[in-house]
Amino acid sequence: MTDVIVEFNDLGFQYRAQAKPTLYTIHLTVRRGEKVLIAGPSGCGKSTVANLINGLIPFSYKGEITGSVRIGGRETGEQSLFDISHTVGTVLQDSDAQFVGMTVAEDLAFALENDCMPQKEMKGRVREIAKILDLEEVLRHAPSELSGGQRQRVSVGGVMASDVDLFLFDEPLANLDPKTGKQAIELIDELQKRTGAAVIIIEHRLEDVLHRYVDRVVLMNEGRIVSDTAPDRLLSSALLSECGVREPLYLTALKYAGVKIREEMHPASLPELSLTEGEKEQVRRFFLENRGKGEKETRPELLTVKNLSFTYEKSHRKALRDLSVSIREGEMVAVVGTNGAGKSTFSKVICGMEKEDAGEILFRGRDFTSLSIKERAEHVGYVMQNPNQMISKVMIYDEVAMGLRLRGVPEEEVRVRTEKALEICGLYRMRNWPISALSYGQKKRVTICSILVLEPEMMILDEPTAGQDYRNYTRIMEFLRSLNQRGITIVMITHDMHLMLEYADRAIVFSGGRIIADKSCARVLTDRDVVERASLKETSLYHLAELCGAPDGTEFVQSFIDYERAHERA
Amino acid sequence: MKKLSVKTIVAIGIGAALFFVLGRFVAIPSPVPNTNISIQYGLLAFVAAVFGPIAGALAGLIGHFFIDFSYGWGVWWSWVIASAVFGCLMGVVTSKLKIEEGQFGTKDIITFNIGQAISHVVAWIVVAPVLDILMYQEPANKVFLQGVTGAIINIIATAVVGTLVCVAYSRTIPKKGSLEEEN
Amino acid sequence: MINLFNYIEKESPIHRLTGATKLVCLLLWSFAAMSTYDTRLLLLLAVLGIALFPVGRIGVRDVSFMLWFTLVFLVLNTVLVYLFSPQHGTQVYGTCTYLFGFSGHFAPTAEQLFFQFNYILKYFATIPFVLLFVCTTNPSEFAASLSRIGVSYRVSYAVALALRYIPDIQKQYHEISQASQARGVELSKKASLTGRLKAASAILIPLILSSMDRIEVISNAMELRCFGKNKKRTWYMAQRFRAPDYLCMLVCLLLLGASIALTYVNGSRFYNPFQP
Repeated sequence: MTDVIVEFNDLGFQYRAQAKPTLYTIHLTVRRGEKVLIAGPSGCGKSTVANLINGLIPFSYKGEITGSVRIGGRETGEQSLFDISHTVGTVLQDSDAQFVGMTVAEDLAFALENDCMPQKEMKGRVREIAKILDLEEVLRHAPSELSGGQRQRVSVGGVMASDVDLFLFDEPLANLDPKTGKQAIELIDELQKRTGAAVIIIEHRLEDVLHRYVDRVVLMNEGRIVSDTAPDRLLSSALLSECGVREPLYLTALKYAGVKIREEMHPASLPELSLTEGEKEQVRRFFLENRGKGEKETRPELLTVKNLSFTYEKSHRKALRDLSVSIREGEMVAVVGTNGAGKSTFSKVICGMEKEDAGEILFRGRDFTSLSIKERAEHVGYVMQNPNQMISKVMIYDEVAMGLRLRGVPEEEVRVRTEKALEICGLYRMRNWPISALSYGQKKRVTICSILVLEPEMMILDEPTAGQDYRNYTRIMEFLRSLNQRGITIVMITHDMHLMLEYADRAIVFSGGRIIADKSCARVLTDRDVVERASLKETSLYHLAELCGAPDGTEFVQSFIDYERAHERA
Repeated sequence: MKKLSVKTIVAIGIGAALFFVLGRFVAIPSPVPNTNISIQYGLLAFVAAVFGPIAGALAGLIGHFFIDFSYGWGVWWSWVIASAVFGCLMGVVTSKLKIEEGQFGTKDIITFNIGQAISHVVAWIVVAPVLDILMYQEPANKVFLQGVTGAIINIIATAVVGTLVCVAYSRTIPKKGSLEEEN
Repeated sequence: MINLFNYIEKESPIHRLTGATKLVCLLLWSFAAMSTYDTRLLLLLAVLGIALFPVGRIGVRDVSFMLWFTLVFLVLNTVLVYLFSPQHGTQVYGTCTYLFGFSGHFAPTAEQLFFQFNYILKYFATIPFVLLFVCTTNPSEFAASLSRIGVSYRVSYAVALALRYIPDIQKQYHEISQASQARGVELSKKASLTGRLKAASAILIPLILSSMDRIEVISNAMELRCFGKNKKRTWYMAQRFRAPDYLCMLVCLLLLGASIALTYVNGSRFYNPFQP
């Protein structure tokens, strides 16, 4: 048994269908017991590295490998995919696809079944793993009956079952709410301590992964490894922003305050962060200088909901309980809370996709409930999370024009309105492209455009930036902000605390079918009780404020937001 | 039988699940019993064209079996088998097409549609009625009329739905060639 | 999902049988009922099938929804058979006994009524058993059972995957269809046939294309967990055969034997009371 589990030597890789290589001269070594984070923007090659480690390259995806890839001491080309699977356990990003069993127990047993383990032994092993991961109560449950966190534990259990030497996590935080994401990082940490195996995490959400110690961060950009070093050293360099990876928010705040990030400060971990008195003073001064600069104005109500209730017919689950909330014209609002708290149900009831049991919905003061789903769409547009679920035409122009054509609008007017919408969305020059030629972010833009063409006054977006790297995130959000400035009211359902802080005027917090808070994002994210009940995560800015002795944590967060909005967008 | 690849297995499973969902929840009943406007055959034609005859046959068999099974009216084997026959034939007649490589031009559309028409005719006007007579001794004129109606409706449904899905899918496969921005 | 196939979890001798046993019995029973038109055997199967319900602790209320579907279907089919072929009984039994003094093509004959009685009986011979199977077999066990009776494990797993992903796909279909309705897609009867089909495609295309991505990811996930490594695989949900299992399969085998034997004795698949 060798200690080195992954060894890439001068590795290059080019997919068969692509004109240029995806990876160049990669040197990477991962030893038993190490915990390594691979970060980088979309398209930097980090998923390709993952596929090379778990054997999907060369066994499922074809292409040309140069240099050497050794897994468990042997070249991957000399092994089979199954051999590699006994060394490397992969937890894929999509926990729905990873969960192939019909129940938790069957999924935990899946790899054991394939290895022909006798049933009796298998049942014992499954019980053992379920005990470790606290899944004993749900062994007979179907995936749809589990929470996001439980589902991820099942994914982990499924690879744990076969005693691997390396756990490979591909974007483990995507699709998890902040609190569950935090627990996932803690779980990975415990898993490693328990098994002594190596862990590789592929993720672009650096701050969340650094919640627990990692040995090294491998930063990738454009197919190359830019840096492979301890997190403290990486964070004290300028490499992250050069590669378009977001640094932890508390470091951004320190930089705004004029504090220089040094390696000795331990910038990778907020609890261990050590600042000099002078630096703390700098932070406090920054706060006092920028305090209370955001201006507020109240505009007329656009959507008013009174005492709204809704129950799912099939499961008799009360999804909304006596909700009352209003959204004002021109606002940009975040709707947050755990999965199943009622956020999506709320937007479906507003759009007429589900029928409320009781309550009033008023739009500009007029009754909205008597309108059909199609009529409501002309006032309130709904954009699904995954653009691929909304696109049904081949060409961009046709996709955007579809809603108008289906409404029998004359073709000449369709052209004028479609071109206008394309113009607003920056897609006009690409109007005759097939949608398949677009990136995920551009597709998102097409789906927003196809809703925008109906000229709604308000748009509800479900997780507008899920799974996007910092660069794409910024592009999508800046685009939404520009729509907002044109007067369109925007409601975003999100798990992303950064998005909320940076872009929303206010947050409406759902928990158990009720609204438990409706106030500024800074107040929500510094309210321990709300944070706990809605599975959010307190922002690190708040802890920074405490650390520096700023008098009012909530206001500190608010002044950071105001400063950022005023400066970043100027 | 050649060993099925894991991808084909998954395609059969997902294909059958789609077939079931479309057949069970989207069916619009037509005046003749046992006969629906079944858009699931558009899907099955697509699955068969992309993944081949075995995938087509099994996805049809499993999907249709589950539909009957969930209604609880007894498994109507003659029709279940006819679905499988359609999937299989469809896979055979489209074996020359390369939809998965992004090719689905006018000529391919014609091949696809002639193929699906023949496959439907064989499945619903030959296989299903003959099995009905053999298994259940139903009157011949009744089952043939049901078969002809079914075949016609399914051919129309597959022509529209199947063709559109194939076109859309073939366009998602990246092809080399440059795209230019227009003003 | 849990109730997609109406599985009802209970403790009963029938629930305790292995899924494989029930599957074999279902097949044997179906073939027995399918191959014969002998009134006596059909009656026996119908009575036996209904008698098994209390044994499996399944009440009429548990299956009323499915029963309703079946009855509508049965009535329609019975009427159609009569409309299309009122002389079918005469052809089958070789005699023509007009009833109630009517005569002509559509006049009721004893033979036709007897044929249609048998036709209905044939439903009653199979449907209770299928319903019972549906209610007492855990879908999770289904795939393991298929593999047990000799279907290749790869194909068996395709069945398991279908069962696993039906609820997900159903949910996705629902969401896509709602979003496209908001954009103006209509599936209602107002539209023409091709109009409706085009509308359906607007929903189907995103559904199917995202399913293609799903196929890719799932097959990767399965391969990474060694699916397809060996010629065989074991099943977590498989169950061992016990004495009652063998007994049930034997009984069903005898029923099939009886069905075939009767065809031979009667000289046809029909029991003919009209000819001495």
